[in-house]
Amino acid sequence: MVKQTTASSPLLQVEDLGKTFGQKPPVQAVRGVNFSIAQGQTFGLVGESGSGKSTTGRLVLRLLEPSAGRVLFRGNDLGKLGKKELRQERRHMQMIFQDPYGSLNRWMSIRETLEEPLLVHGLLDPAGRKQRVETLLNEVGLPKAALDKYPHEFSGGQRQRIAIARALVTEPELIVADEPVSALDVSVQAQVLNLLLNLQESHKMTLLFISHDLRVVEFMCDQIAVMYLGQIMELGPRKAIYRTPQHPYTRALLDSIPGRGKKELPRLKGEIPSPSAIPPGCPFNTRCPLAFDRCFREQPALYELSPGHVSACHLAEAEGQPQGRPNNIAMSPGTGA
Amino acid sequence: MTNISQTNPVLDVKNLAVTLTIYGRPVPVVTNVSFQVRAGEAVALVGESGCGKTMTARAIIGLPPDGARVGGSIQLEGRELTTLSKKDRRKLGGSRIGFIFQEPMTSLHPTLTVGAQLCDTLRTHLDLGRKEARDRAAQLLDRVGIPRATAMLDSYIHQLSGGMRQRVMIALAVSCKPALIIADEPTTALDVTIQAQVLDLLKEMRSELGLAMLYITHDLEVVSDFCDRAVVMYAGDIVEEGPVASILTAPHHHYTRGLIGAIPAHDEDRKRLTLIKGQVPPLGAWPAGCRFAPRCPRADEVCLKHPALEPFEESAVRCWHPVELKKKETSTLG
Amino acid sequence: MGKYIRRRLLHALPTIFIPLVLVFFLLRLAPGDPAVQILGDNATPEQIAALRTQLGLDQPLPIQFLLWLKGLFTLQLGDSLFFHKPVLELIPAYAAVTLQLTFFALVIAMVIGLSAGIAASLLRGKILDRGIIGVMVFSISLPEFWLALVLIFVFAVTLRWFPVAGYVSFDEGVWASLATLVLPALAIGVRQAALLTRMTRSAMLDVLDEPYVTTARAQGLPEATVIGRYTLRTAAVPVVTVIGLSVSYLLSGAVAIELIFSLPGMGKLLVDAVSRRDYPVVEGSVLTIAVTLVVVNLIVDLVYAWLDPRIRLK
Repeated sequence: MVKQTTASSPLLQVEDLGKTFGQKPPVQAVRGVNFSIAQGQTFGLVGESGSGKSTTGRLVLRLLEPSAGRVLFRGNDLGKLGKKELRQERRHMQMIFQDPYGSLNRWMSIRETLEEPLLVHGLLDPAGRKQRVETLLNEVGLPKAALDKYPHEFSGGQRQRIAIARALVTEPELIVADEPVSALDVSVQAQVLNLLLNLQESHKMTLLFISHDLRVVEFMCDQIAVMYLGQIMELGPRKAIYRTPQHPYTRALLDSIPGRGKKELPRLKGEIPSPSAIPPGCPFNTRCPLAFDRCFREQPALYELSPGHVSACHLAEAEGQPQGRPNNIAMSPGTGA
Repeated sequence: MTNISQTNPVLDVKNLAVTLTIYGRPVPVVTNVSFQVRAGEAVALVGESGCGKTMTARAIIGLPPDGARVGGSIQLEGRELTTLSKKDRRKLGGSRIGFIFQEPMTSLHPTLTVGAQLCDTLRTHLDLGRKEARDRAAQLLDRVGIPRATAMLDSYIHQLSGGMRQRVMIALAVSCKPALIIADEPTTALDVTIQAQVLDLLKEMRSELGLAMLYITHDLEVVSDFCDRAVVMYAGDIVEEGPVASILTAPHHHYTRGLIGAIPAHDEDRKRLTLIKGQVPPLGAWPAGCRFAPRCPRADEVCLKHPALEPFEESAVRCWHPVELKKKETSTLG
Repeated sequence: MGKYIRRRLLHALPTIFIPLVLVFFLLRLAPGDPAVQILGDNATPEQIAALRTQLGLDQPLPIQFLLWLKGLFTLQLGDSLFFHKPVLELIPAYAAVTLQLTFFALVIAMVIGLSAGIAASLLRGKILDRGIIGVMVFSISLPEFWLALVLIFVFAVTLRWFPVAGYVSFDEGVWASLATLVLPALAIGVRQAALLTRMTRSAMLDVLDEPYVTTARAQGLPEATVIGRYTLRTAAVPVVTVIGLSVSYLLSGAVAIELIFSLPGMGKLLVDAVSRRDYPVVEGSVLTIAVTLVVVNLIVDLVYAWLDPRIRLK
């Protein structure tokens, strides 16, 4: 039996996580990523395409082998677990994908789809399985009659509900949701987001929520990490990120939401560089409207601006402190906890 | 903006109806749609999948799906389009109407160069030689913010980034200085910082060329500082029409209200999103009365009759019980 | 581009070499002795042994293989055991007949297949489309040898439009020569025409549904440009693959059909050589066919690269 988490340690801890794909040229998808998620929290990874957020999600679940760093889940280093132990741990961590159609087996009825994870992990007797599956289906808001139907008989929103039910059926502690509502219409998206919140409360689950949509991330997440070119640029509680963002990239992202944003920075020029040719210094220096000579020489450290709010920007040095030291400086006005 | 409403509309759609044939059965997808777009004005056509917004656009450019019947009247710069010959109709595309599609990667030809595609349009509509067309194409690419424009003429679409592809698409749409641009979710597939750049570019093109713009989107907030007016569609009907700002802050139709409530709001403490119960009725199974009635919190017997689109406060709304601005409660609908 | 061609050629080498090695061993493992075949049933064992030594057939198999390899790489394919002429002098005359037949059949298949396929796709769901599909399904199910016999019966025996069998070379008159090839070419070409029709139709339908074709129409380009320049260009890519495959089928079909029409082509040469245990001729014929297939595939690859810059620029 693997050891259980104690109340004080986080459920998930990611340390110096890195992933490089291919050889010539190597694609550095994720570099030196650190974060931890406390039990019952929703942690958001937000970024544009090529930011490494999806790769990070897959590394956390060990669907991909990290090139560097480690992932501690319930206090266990997933990299050190044997095949069998890892399989057992998988019961406690599940994934929801963007495309519910692609991720459901179209030859399997909904009943078979939902029972499969239980069978794989050898959980419950037939009567218990039936009970569990029916309860969950009810919780995600689908009628019992759905059980003997097949994925193509459902709309996109209903399929995503089925995918959510499947992820929950083994009663996992951690769910990684990769763009779970991006393929859905606005009103259906709202239904699924509300459902996720309700389920999170009733099941006390912890959520790693990956999305490019800043509005959805703000709605869903307690803690948010903004990623760019495989690195975390800024990390902090929701209110800190959305009310007092420090990093120019975060500010630019927020300014880019049409109909919102303070528009205090000039519009970002150009596009995200290729992860196989990451610029030296700060990775954001090619687009940053505030970049100065140091940004091209030196990669910024993470500076702590307020408890739990860190930013990888040279400009944050004056405001903040290198991470890890006691925090006793004055916070910038309006910095929320 | 007062001068806009005095000019003649560039696009005047009246009682547009589109009926598809599905398994030999006529199925209406757009009914009784009327709206106008004036020069320099941008109108958002808003709705979820299956509401008929894309069919409306396809009918306007004269490329409805096979077997579709189009009724009603479509006037472009005072000219009736529905009675034109197929050939004359075709010629207006690219010259008077530009179309911007959602996915530039699949909407531009994969094995023809960017320059070749631009030159094809330019030489179809303008009397230009090979060399002149190429020069014009390079100017266009430069104008939409593509670096090294002349060299880029010889590139293929797969060699460009997502943002650059959409810029090429825009260059193609404005190449012959059209009067009307129809943009079908032109930024939905783009990253948020690139989306902002492309919206800026569209704004520039719009004021520079005095374009009338019909902007099709599922997300009203995205176009809130881009469009002047919005037309909201549900199940083939226009349910509400009015200034974007007033529709966003004080929607009158219960569907519009639900749609706006479904967008997560900024800087609020976490609560649940407003939901519209149930699902969009499938094509061919629209309710006989108000099509939104089965999902509407306010529906009663009167809603079994189909309401007309009637002026209401600053907007027009198709509802027997429109939400009144003055009596508007702060609570959300159940 | 040069790198692309070089890579393709390198890939082709095993395609030539492996069938040759297989043929070498199959021939020698099969029963029957070429010396007996050459000398006839009345030969004495001493005569046979002498001839075997002369032909190198008394050497152990590995040694024979090494000698054969050396011959292959120096293009010394040896003399025909039957004709007593160098293989390389023998083959061209036969190859010419087969290539003419294949080419003729390919032209028939392409002209019918491409035009019927394009027409059907542009008239999707209309009566002509359905008619074309019907004829196509029927044609695909026709066995070639059976079709050959029907063609001979109808057009040669009954109507007397074309000769029943035999071959007239180009030097003796182009029309007479073509007349001898019409029926065999039809016999093997019709089925490929049907396959090409199907492929062309579905490739065209796929491309006609592509958003970029809608863009071209929305940009007001004339329909002729939309079809000719925007649709055919991309639809051609899968069609070219099928044409490449068709050539292989036509070549093997030609070998069989030559026997029915008594055409002096590679098929006849090969079949005769096998029954005579004429090893060098069999090997030479296989080499010729393999090289032809490789050349055809190379041409297909080059056409690909020309049609699709995504391949060229990789």
